[in-house]
Amino acid sequence: MHNSLIIKAFRRAQDEGRPALLTYTVAGDYTKKKSLEILKSISNYSDICELGFPHNTPIADGGQIQTSSYRAIKNGIKMKDVFSIVKNFKKIKKNKPIILMGYFNMIYQYGEDKFIKICKTSKVDGLIVVDLPYPENKKFAYKCKKNKINFIQLISPTTSKIRLNKIIKESHDMIYYISMLSTTGGKLKVSPKKILREYTKIKSHNKHKKVVIGFGITEKSINSLKKADGLVVGSAICNEITRSIKKGQNAVTNATNVVKKLKNKII
Amino acid sequence: MKIRKKIPLIDQHDKYGFWGSKFGGSFIPETLKKPIEDLTTEFKKLRKNKKFLEKKDFYFKNYIGSPTSFIKLENLTNYLGGAQIWAKMVSEANGGAHKIYNATVHALICKAMGKKYIVGDTGAGYAGKMLSMAAKKFGLKCKIFMGAKDIKRQRPNCEAIRKNGAEIVPVYSGSQTLVDAVSECMRYWVSNCDNTHMCVGSTVGPNIFVKICGWSTSQISKELKFQIKKEFKKIPRKIKLINCVGGGSSAYGFWSNFIDYDKNRVELIGVEAGGPKGSKLHAAPLSKDAKIGILHGAASYVCQNVEGQIAETESISAGLDYPGVSPIHCFLKDTKRARYTYATDEEALNAYKLVTKLEKLNPSLEPSHAFAEAIKIAPKLEKNTIIIVNSCGDAKKDQDILRKRLGKY
Repeated sequence: MHNSLIIKAFRRAQDEGRPALLTYTVAGDYTKKKSLEILKSISNYSDICELGFPHNTPIADGGQIQTSSYRAIKNGIKMKDVFSIVKNFKKIKKNKPIILMGYFNMIYQYGEDKFIKICKTSKVDGLIVVDLPYPENKKFAYKCKKNKINFIQLISPTTSKIRLNKIIKESHDMIYYISMLSTTGGKLKVSPKKILREYTKIKSHNKHKKVVIGFGITEKSINSLKKADGLVVGSAICNEITRSIKKGQNAVTNATNVVKKLKNKII
Repeated sequence: MKIRKKIPLIDQHDKYGFWGSKFGGSFIPETLKKPIEDLTTEFKKLRKNKKFLEKKDFYFKNYIGSPTSFIKLENLTNYLGGAQIWAKMVSEANGGAHKIYNATVHALICKAMGKKYIVGDTGAGYAGKMLSMAAKKFGLKCKIFMGAKDIKRQRPNCEAIRKNGAEIVPVYSGSQTLVDAVSECMRYWVSNCDNTHMCVGSTVGPNIFVKICGWSTSQISKELKFQIKKEFKKIPRKIKLINCVGGGSSAYGFWSNFIDYDKNRVELIGVEAGGPKGSKLHAAPLSKDAKIGILHGAASYVCQNVEGQIAETESISAGLDYPGVSPIHCFLKDTKRARYTYATDEEALNAYKLVTKLEKLNPSLEPSHAFAEAIKIAPKLEKNTIIIVNSCGDAKKDQDILRKRLGKY
């Protein structure tokens, strides 16, 4: 997938001498309309937008993303709305890559093939399925590739050497490295040095694969990891949306400011 | 889809961990791949290790108190005037329920793997109570995840957990019941899998947890088979083994050594929680034809909406109040080896009333669901039919609910 929007986004960041900034927000948080507004607004600063399709039994998400997910579900988000958000977003930001992220049951109920098809027509660029690891994901990842959708493999500090080799081999353009043993939004409990050592190990297998680091990345820690191809921030943004709602402030502006600040730290 | 004979059902899965090629598996985040692989390797080794097996048998006998008794319920039989009704008194096990088997085995595995911390989920509080007991016995630090709603309604078990020195972590997300407790426990394990062992409280979750739990509870049917042969000289021509099904750990344990028999000879009947009479909510994915979905790392029949959001459940019995069910029971359902039905809250309460009135028995609300089915079918059956109910838990933990609903305990 040489000319994928995802690869292009990484190249652009690289040309500017910085890591790509990836943001994660939940579709439908805090309403369908507002989540599209947030997405549009933060995409002025983020290079790749991850959009979560919320599930009410998320086994790998911490409190902040859980809160966003429950809020979105409560406000009536459906899979068809997720795709309509993507479509509307792409109408005005056609070159900004979108990665959908979620749990497999939602895809399973939608139907794998039907899901991939609508991803394609909605111009989804990539997919992250949290609970569909290698090798269980082989068939699905292959189907994605055939439809020019990046299936993004995850690697964690617990991934064994043998698995690491195989996963990198199976991966498409991008690999997601989970910085530490944690759910999303945990406090960074590993030193950036150690994280980057693991990162370098992955890169040394295949330098063409773009490796991003996620989990526990905030305004405080982002600068120390800027050697990576890309950095993902999710919980910090979700948290800001929650805070803004509580305080009766504008969540779109506030979330955008968070992303803007994060971006400034890595320029 | 076919069940093979002479192989334990827990081992009849494919290389990806699926029973009947569609139930089970391991739908887990990458971080858990390694700890689950380690656990799988360890369990494979341990179940062939003579020393480990001796240790397990020693604790089953001297700590859990195996075998639990097998008794005839004369008064109930006479009152209903049909089939003979017997009970396997698993509630006599140390701690008062079958959950002690799985908890003890997990504590032994945790020790064998050199881990000092153990965590587990609980609904009715029995899985948590037993894990806290086993942890105390084997010197492990223990955390129990429990929904806030369940903490309120199963107070006696919570007191026991705390008394054993374990910490209860209340879960406030979602419906604040078992489903949320399991999610939160898994999340905790994702963050702490380097030094912590996780015990899943039933035959649910990623493949290996189904296997360990089923292997542990199968002790029940091992004992029962021996007891039946002793009582009747041979396996009678018509037996019905009735068990409640939430996650399905006691039912699998009760049935496992009888699965190879023809279903006309040994019928397996699972009774799920039908919820309050007239309510749309229930916890009966098998008998109310839920769709297959993925919950807590495994594919099974799951109460869910069209989109795949897990549905809220409702049952008077916290132990059965779970939207999913063991992949093994899905396999038994689809191969038609077992039959699944449900009892409503009211039917379970009535069964409790009748059984406690006629017998010196105090079954918790979970097995009261199984008794409800026994009471329903016994009058229509011949005297030579042997109904055996697994009385898998004691009602002490339900005293608040029973007092409220029946005016007395």
